[in-house]
Amino acid sequence: MINPLAASDITIQSQEILKGLGAVGAGIGYGAAAIGPGIGIGIVVGNAITAMARQPEAAGMVRTTMFLGIAFTEALALIGFVVFILLKFT
Amino acid sequence: MLLAKLEFPAIGELVDWKQFWLPGFNKPILLMIVSALIVVALFVAAGRKKALVPSGIQNVVESIIEFVTDGIIMQTMGEDGLVFLPYLTTLFMFILVCNLFEIIPVMQFPPMARMAMPMFLALITWVMFIFMGIKKQGPGYFKAALFPPGVPKALYVLVTPIELLSTFIVRPFSLAVRLFANELAGHLLLVTFAVLTDTLLFHNTIVFFKPVAVLPAVMDIGLTGFELLVAVLQAFIFTILTAVYLGGAMHPEH
Repeated sequence: MINPLAASDITIQSQEILKGLGAVGAGIGYGAAAIGPGIGIGIVVGNAITAMARQPEAAGMVRTTMFLGIAFTEALALIGFVVFILLKFT
Repeated sequence: MLLAKLEFPAIGELVDWKQFWLPGFNKPILLMIVSALIVVALFVAAGRKKALVPSGIQNVVESIIEFVTDGIIMQTMGEDGLVFLPYLTTLFMFILVCNLFEIIPVMQFPPMARMAMPMFLALITWVMFIFMGIKKQGPGYFKAALFPPGVPKALYVLVTPIELLSTFIVRPFSLAVRLFANELAGHLLLVTFAVLTDTLLFHNTIVFFKPVAVLPAVMDIGLTGFELLVAVLQAFIFTILTAVYLGGAMHPEH
């Protein structure tokens, strides 16, 4: 025998749980999307610093290329951020 | 309950501005027009005197043009890229002024945090590099872009779709999303700490916790400096990527 009031409580609860799960998914998704670009930017900047230390006269060119590399790598994290916003707030 | 009320506005409220005056006219549009006017006024004011020894505003503008010439065009396109100096300088200054509105009090909104603006600028870049490719290389541009030389014939099954996707679809998309997401993230970051300070200071029922508001306030000030860096960097990156794409379309062997 199901009490109709209890049933509606369950519906509300499951909706709350779904909302919470959505938030958890969005958070984990953005976290996962930030791992790769984080490592990638570390590698790019680290190698750029090595190059600048070895050849200070080429620092200008290295810096430009470094920013380009960062921009390409960072795009993935930013797409993750946009997906997070879309999941969380729409 | 430690905090009586800690409510964040929904994301829609942060970026959705009430229209005023004309239909569809709101704060981002106003800021965009203001920034365009500032850029025009800056260049007109600098170009009026044409002094041999620059001073004041002429000095600033000349150093900006020099930066775009030496730091962006010469590094990516070489001599024949100087045709694009006016466009790239305008683009750089427009994005820079738009981004700086993020941290200027009263304005405090980057117009580039609405997807329409970066998307339109990215579409201009997209049309420009395809146009330059066709102009410089004819229809062979698409052949060179889709079937890069020096790849074994069998691999074209794999390479061509990837090149098609990365050159003609992902490029404008990532260009727009990069600017948009950076500006939106910066705006959200500043708003978060501002709301936190406000909540702790004015909507806090426990007087004991009020001094804690210093922490987010200091963080907000620090982040304002960081956003200044991001504003300049994003304007630079958008411009240099435009230059790189144009250079790639003009010189196939780069």
